[in-house]
Amino acid sequence: MDTYAALPALMSLMTGDEKHGPAATSTLDVLWVLYDRVLRVTPGRFDDPARDRFLLSKGHGPMAYYAVLAAKGFVPEKWLPGFGSYDSPLGHHPDRTLVPGAEIGSGSLGHGLPIAVGEALGLRIQGLDEPRVWVLIGDAELDEGSNHEAIAFAGPAGLERLHTVVVDNSSARHARPGGIAARFGAAGWSAVTVDGRDHEALYAAFTAPHPGRPHVVVARVEPKSA
Amino acid sequence: MDTMRDRFVPVVSRLLDEDPRVAVVLAEIGAATLEEARRRHPDRVINVGIREQLLVGAAAGLALTGLRPVVHTFASFLVERPFEQVKLDLGHQDAGAVLVSAAASFDWPAGGYTHMAPGDVALLDTLDGWTVHVPGHPDEAETLLRHAVAAGDDKVYVRLSLQSNRRPLPVDGRRFHTIREGRAGVIVAVGPMLDAVLEATDGLDATVLYATTVRPFDAAALRRATGSAGTDVVLVEPYLAGTSTAAVSEALADVPHRVLGLGVGRHELRRYGTVEEHVAAHGLDAGSLRERISRFVTVPMRV
Repeated sequence: MDTYAALPALMSLMTGDEKHGPAATSTLDVLWVLYDRVLRVTPGRFDDPARDRFLLSKGHGPMAYYAVLAAKGFVPEKWLPGFGSYDSPLGHHPDRTLVPGAEIGSGSLGHGLPIAVGEALGLRIQGLDEPRVWVLIGDAELDEGSNHEAIAFAGPAGLERLHTVVVDNSSARHARPGGIAARFGAAGWSAVTVDGRDHEALYAAFTAPHPGRPHVVVARVEPKSA
Repeated sequence: MDTMRDRFVPVVSRLLDEDPRVAVVLAEIGAATLEEARRRHPDRVINVGIREQLLVGAAAGLALTGLRPVVHTFASFLVERPFEQVKLDLGHQDAGAVLVSAAASFDWPAGGYTHMAPGDVALLDTLDGWTVHVPGHPDEAETLLRHAVAAGDDKVYVRLSLQSNRRPLPVDGRRFHTIREGRAGVIVAVGPMLDAVLEATDGLDATVLYATTVRPFDAAALRRATGSAGTDVVLVEPYLAGTSTAAVSEALADVPHRVLGLGVGRHELRRYGTVEEHVAAHGLDAGSLRERISRFVTVPMRV
């Protein structure tokens, strides 16, 4: 089941009143490429201090996330049909204390990036040079000012191990073309914008060197309204 | 005498020396006083700039990697401004931290209402699992700071203030202490309110308990005290009046009791001036306390 082709079937197991349908799939390709080819984390080493951390900050529409976690063996596939029910560990927003493999609980927007900054600092303090920290946010989520506190700090602080993926489905109410990469760039981040459905382009962007600076990948997908 | 906040600097500096898990997170406020500690531990004294959401969020991230963050700024910017980060990044993520506030309810009256946080403890009461220390003297602050940092991965709030009692008492980070025993009511004096309470109750036949750790609330000590002093209870708290009234009611739920919650009023004074003037304006000076406590514990005869 550890294939990209298996993901739609896994997602279809999560029926119910999932109200964030379009957002559930905007993240699918980004999540797959990260978990399949980039993140150095497996179910067997989830407690390893030297693992890579992936923080899903955009916690709404988590079906793609749960599907990838199931495909990669973090979450039992049999949990998926219960999605959102009282006895299920899988809610419409993830809870890190309930979901194996989830580094943070999310749902309220704008919390993942500041926590990721702290994790990057904490790993550096402990001399753990290997692990990288990744956080996924949405373009509309960038409206939240807490992100900008983290962006403005992380660049000058030179948090090289910190990586952000902005899944841009043009859902921000007020935005300008190129504004996302420019915002990060102005704070000293390495920034690249790619097609968020192109796995090779995503992989190249995720693995591009960025010495001394945090790195953002703006992954553009079809507009939410389309 | 030094202030509690003066004492915070050498205490946290020594904790940084002693414990490699400790990391201090600041948002400019206090950074200058910790500059020497930062030079010794450049990675573990982190100043995020004037960014309080990041202050708490980054602390949570540090905790999730196994560190023990000590987070410091004024109470209004530590609890009130980033309250959702306190609720979610610490509480919901199940991450621990020690939040150490300064400026309290009105330590800087000339600074006005923007720098006053009488509601900090009441806000934390809406959340689960917080330990709250309210020291009444710099020596007690030192003990309670050490206690807080040593408390595993607990969520602990330490409320430092310029208001202070003249002499320190032994504190253990858990229990209330009996200062005086009487038969007509129990007065619970919290932290820096003790001196005024002792002056106010001089000659009254009341039991006085001293509380420096208010959450969890030492219900057992209160119940013991009511055994000989009866179930008229007066709380004298240096933050929002009535903050601990629910804790008293819960402790005495199975017995008839009366509770008077004294503390800082909710009404915004819109006054500057001195701490003493604000203490008096909220009726927390010894004279006002004596009048309010006496009126309450002296029950009029019922016909």
